[in-house]
Amino acid sequence: MTVNGTAHDHDVEPRTLLVQYLREACGLTGTKVGCDTSSCGACTVLVDGESVKSCTMFAAQADGASVTTIEGLADGDRWHPVQQAFHEHHGLQCGYCTAGMVMAAVSLLDEVPEPTERDVRLGLEGNLCRCTGYHNIVKAVLAAAETMRAAR
Amino acid sequence: MIPAAFDYVRADSAEAAIGLVAEHGDEAKLLAGGMSLIPLMKLRLATPAVIVDIGRVRDLSYVRDAGDHLAIGALTRHRDLETSDVLARDCGVLRAVAAQVGDNQVRHRGTIGGSVAHGDPASDLPAALVALDATFVVRGPGGERTVAATDFFRGFLETALGPDELLCEIRVPKSGPNGYAYEKFNRRAQDWAIVGALAARVGGTTRVALVNMGPVPLRAAAVEEALAAGGSVPDAAALAAEGTEPPHDLNASPEYREHLARVLVRRALEAL
Repeated sequence: MTVNGTAHDHDVEPRTLLVQYLREACGLTGTKVGCDTSSCGACTVLVDGESVKSCTMFAAQADGASVTTIEGLADGDRWHPVQQAFHEHHGLQCGYCTAGMVMAAVSLLDEVPEPTERDVRLGLEGNLCRCTGYHNIVKAVLAAAETMRAAR
Repeated sequence: MIPAAFDYVRADSAEAAIGLVAEHGDEAKLLAGGMSLIPLMKLRLATPAVIVDIGRVRDLSYVRDAGDHLAIGALTRHRDLETSDVLARDCGVLRAVAAQVGDNQVRHRGTIGGSVAHGDPASDLPAALVALDATFVVRGPGGERTVAATDFFRGFLETALGPDELLCEIRVPKSGPNGYAYEKFNRRAQDWAIVGALAARVGGTTRVALVNMGPVPLRAAAVEEALAAGGSVPDAAALAAEGTEPPHDLNASPEYREHLARVLVRRALEAL
């Protein structure tokens, strides 16, 4: 599969989960394992541009796909607008959910480029923040949407 | 959590999938989006020896106008249902219910056929398909057969689907863009319904279906009969728990679920 634009080719056991593959075979540990039960969304990555929970997908299912993790979002030294907005609006406290939140938000803004606050809250229902930091996360995603709209 | 070891084979067509399942027998399990099966495998509640991945059988992913009904490929993802223009025009209820399944990430992977074949009474789509009197097209080594949704769900996670059969298509009547209401009661937005109540107008009748009020998705027959006889919404909704066998779990007692069913059916009917 292609991960963040780089081709990766490994033989893995069929039961290898995508998140294990990314962390252990590709060495990309930005993607976190949270609940490991497809509830929390900390392991969210993009597969062919769409958010998925990588703890609930076998690596073999992504064979040949294009996968994007948090490490692949920035353009060189320039953060992705969603990363920049999380930084500016302090869309995190402990940071554990952040990689998954950002990836889910990127996918959401691709599908709903001009979201309302309700769209953002519903669109992130698959991502849990146990620091109760949702308020700033929503602010950050709305700000990122505005930045991305202005850049179009 | 790591699943038990298994062999992985990928099918690129419905025929290939049926052939692979026939070859491997009871040891094989079909994997569509994996949103129900993979969690069960991670908990080792399911330990199939062979996984037949049908996730790439693209010719089973479609929503088509088939004249007097709509034909939906079993591998159509929830995301494709919730954004389908055909459903928006001809079966708004299914589009709206698909949008209530899980969360965005789940809807990007999960399929309608996977949800139906899994047969979980707490799932949203099976109840909607029972309300719509959908028909399921099933293929196996012996050919093709159709099963009515009301006959398909046999018990908790038990369906009429044989171990060597593949659910290929779901057929639903055209019920129009509007005329439905789905009340889903849960603790967190992404969760399964503790209880769900769906009301829909289909061809001049009012259908009412219940989620998680028994081992299978149910029609609230007493409510439907009361409405058909001209009964008021509050009187009909009071009958919502009749004939149900609600489960007891951490979220709710059977008595509480019965209360929820009456309240949610009333709300759904009032919103019609």
